Amino acid sequence: MIEQPVLERVLHTALSTGGDFAEVFAEDRQNGNGVLDDGRVEQLTSGRDRGAGIRVVVGDTTGFAHTADLSEEGLRTAATAASAAAREGGGGVREIALTRSDVPSPNDVQILPADVAKGDQVEILRRADAAARAAGGEISQVTASIGAGRKRMLVANSDGLFTTDDQVRTFLSVSAVATGDTGMQTGRKSIGHTIGWELFDRIDIEDFAGEAAQQAITKLRARPAPSGELPVVIGAGSGGVLFHEACGHGLEKDLVDKGASVYGGRVGELVASPLVTLVDDGTIAEEWGAFAVDDEGSPARRNVLIEDGILTEYMWDFLRSRKDGRPTSGNGRRQSYKHLPMVRMTNTFLEAGDTDPSAIISGTDHGVYVAKLGGGQVNTASGDFVFGMVEAYLIENGEITEPLREGNLIGNGPQCLRDIEVIGNDFAFGGPGTCGKDGQGVPVGDGCPTLRVGQLTIGGTAA
Amino acid sequence: MSTAGTSVEALQTIADRVAGLAEPGEQVEAYVSAGTSTDVDAYEGEIEALTQAGSAGIGVRVIKDGRTGFAWATSLDDGIIAETLAEARDNRPYAEPDAWAGMAEPDGVEPVALDVHRPEVLTMPVDDKVAMAIELERMVRDADPRVRGVRSASYHDAEGAFALATSSGIHAGGRTTAAYVSVSALADDGDASVIAGGYSVGRAPSELSLQEAADDAVSRLLAKIGSTKPESGEVTLVLEPRLTSTVLGIISGMLGGEAVAKSRSPFAERMGEQIGSSLLTIVDDPTNPDSPGAEPYDDEGLATRRVPLLKAGVLEGFLHNSYSARRAGTVSTASAARGFSTRPGISARALTVEPGAGDLESLVAKVDNGVLASALGGLHSGVNPVSGDFSVSVEGVRIRDGQRAEPIKEATLASTLQRLLLDISHVGADVEWQPGGTGGVTLLIPGVTLSGR
Repeated sequence: MIEQPVLERVLHTALSTGGDFAEVFAEDRQNGNGVLDDGRVEQLTSGRDRGAGIRVVVGDTTGFAHTADLSEEGLRTAATAASAAAREGGGGVREIALTRSDVPSPNDVQILPADVAKGDQVEILRRADAAARAAGGEISQVTASIGAGRKRMLVANSDGLFTTDDQVRTFLSVSAVATGDTGMQTGRKSIGHTIGWELFDRIDIEDFAGEAAQQAITKLRARPAPSGELPVVIGAGSGGVLFHEACGHGLEKDLVDKGASVYGGRVGELVASPLVTLVDDGTIAEEWGAFAVDDEGSPARRNVLIEDGILTEYMWDFLRSRKDGRPTSGNGRRQSYKHLPMVRMTNTFLEAGDTDPSAIISGTDHGVYVAKLGGGQVNTASGDFVFGMVEAYLIENGEITEPLREGNLIGNGPQCLRDIEVIGNDFAFGGPGTCGKDGQGVPVGDGCPTLRVGQLTIGGTAA
Repeated sequence: MSTAGTSVEALQTIADRVAGLAEPGEQVEAYVSAGTSTDVDAYEGEIEALTQAGSAGIGVRVIKDGRTGFAWATSLDDGIIAETLAEARDNRPYAEPDAWAGMAEPDGVEPVALDVHRPEVLTMPVDDKVAMAIELERMVRDADPRVRGVRSASYHDAEGAFALATSSGIHAGGRTTAAYVSVSALADDGDASVIAGGYSVGRAPSELSLQEAADDAVSRLLAKIGSTKPESGEVTLVLEPRLTSTVLGIISGMLGGEAVAKSRSPFAERMGEQIGSSLLTIVDDPTNPDSPGAEPYDDEGLATRRVPLLKAGVLEGFLHNSYSARRAGTVSTASAARGFSTRPGISARALTVEPGAGDLESLVAKVDNGVLASALGGLHSGVNPVSGDFSVSVEGVRIRDGQRAEPIKEATLASTLQRLLLDISHVGADVEWQPGGTGGVTLLIPGVTLSGR
């Protein structure tokens, strides 16, 4: 993308009026996606986004500029702007010598999206549509979306670091609407992995689309969700988002340092049920948040955040780790070259326990079984979180009974972690997620075993 | 960064040139945008981060034989633009024919004259913008001893232009500026913390009020201290103008012509029927200069116009772009919305509720047993615009016998969007324009389920 001597000269320019640190992050993204809606492949889209972001750090101040012009002149103009933004500084001149060191990617991409015939996208979309509609006469509408993106990036900084990564992400999602006497209900399935088009050799498109449709059909006979506090059993897989929200964000060191986390100053303390071991791991091959190096060039790592209920680690980006005089944890990420990096999760998951999942349900007298959680959000300062139940059922006398309409589930992170009563010996990663923080979205994975929380508040209308 | 700003003419030249490349039987549309922005984050009296950036992009749509191809790129370089057009053409044959596919056609509606570009965004020295962020942080820190810290204090502005041309004869362009400051503050609350934010929005820095943003953040913050989980029950929900705007935004999405045509809206078959309280009249009027969402053109290049949606609770209209209008056998309401990397969707720009009577205080006084919400959460996860299911987390204060009582947290409110519209019992006269362009008023809605203890 950019030659090493050019990077060295650009970093030199960035620090020419002083500064403690300078970095060039450049990327070239190519995206292709197709959308089927209303029985018709509506459109294929191709996108190209290429550019570089340059930051200069002086003391606690960061100056940042970005450009879509990757010529030496364009990069030097951006470097000057970033340097002016950081200002101050005493005018020292530093020579930068880069040492290239690439980290092996955890992801083994077999079929690059660019090598796939566009007609293949259309065929998969058509199959998904047909299978969803075949699930039942109640299905009144289907949307399917397929796509792949390749992000080639490089990071070079004034510490001499020079590294690259090549990330390919491929996804499929199917949404169905079912119509009945009670109105309309929706179902949705999505899958995404940090691999190439071989994703579609591994899944049964018909089963996948059929499940989305079935979810919508089942909800037609759903009753309103209960209102109030109940025990909640969360199914293996998509419940990982609970931990992403309930405590993951609160372990991001930038929020901790600003006093905006309930977990500040609590390393070494028991913050969860001793059953809980929570991990953030960017090296899990093929998961949605997996990469070789983060967007600051640090290798992805496995970080155990909570071990047997005890808080062991926060997550760091470059600036926070430098300030704290420790290695980074590989959590410095950004949405694109137009954004500054910050502390972000990768693949966050709760490790499996030792109870048979069916025993968890049969051991619940009256409660709610959440088969699939939707998106959520957390107030890290208070720890209060909320997220959607996309597919949920009532548990009565130890058995899953009626389906429930959609609603939100709320709780408090630290309380919820203490209230985890039992953890299953199963485990699954959930669908691909996009985590939003301060206006930036990055791809993340999450996972969990089946588990029961003693009580959460269900935001339904039924008494 | 040039103080002259982004040139609409330069973008129009590019758009016209690309649209002019249409071959016989082919329609080509080019949407080109460019702009600059400044972002300042202040922390503990210093600049934490300062970003100055420019960016640009182009989206090209090609339609032939009812098939649409699309491609976009973040560069206005001649070579990249040529590649983008070629890529859109290459994508086209894979789409399936759609009899309604097509560009907007000139419809003779003249755009209103709106002055939405303030050169001050470009001429104001960066130092002064930095000073605003630092001053805002200081004001919040010094406002009250209970303020423990500021999580973020930011200044943001942007200047940008767009131009659009189609081979069907559309030429439209314009430029805008926007500025805002925002701040979020922290306070201790027993073992935990509370956080709350405030903001001020305008078209230029001189239209911003640091005091208003700071007061908003601090008063919301202090009101949260001591919040507890309420008992479950049925309550009257009081929505302040800010939150009314949020809920109206969701409802306007259900009135989009594409959701209607594709049977994804519960209101699809309800034209002319009573779907809301007879107190409720809603229009989308992007020609109203009071709205921050006011714009002379929509994103297909048609002049914006006033679109009546609900009149005394009766469904009067849907929002259309040219595609959904053709499908419905009507004309576009100029509600197309997009960026360069997406095809035209549909969105309201300047929703307004016709004012009723009273303000927040006088309406709170009418409530025997209610909740005045200060924040709603989980709107993206607990509200389903297809089924209408509505379940959100709520922070706010309980109202008893017309008086504010204890602050609450860790609770939810549930109903359906259909019921919320019908159940509105009072509409305030206190129109407040929100950053998204919507003019909200205070609403009272009885019969909402509060879930807590």
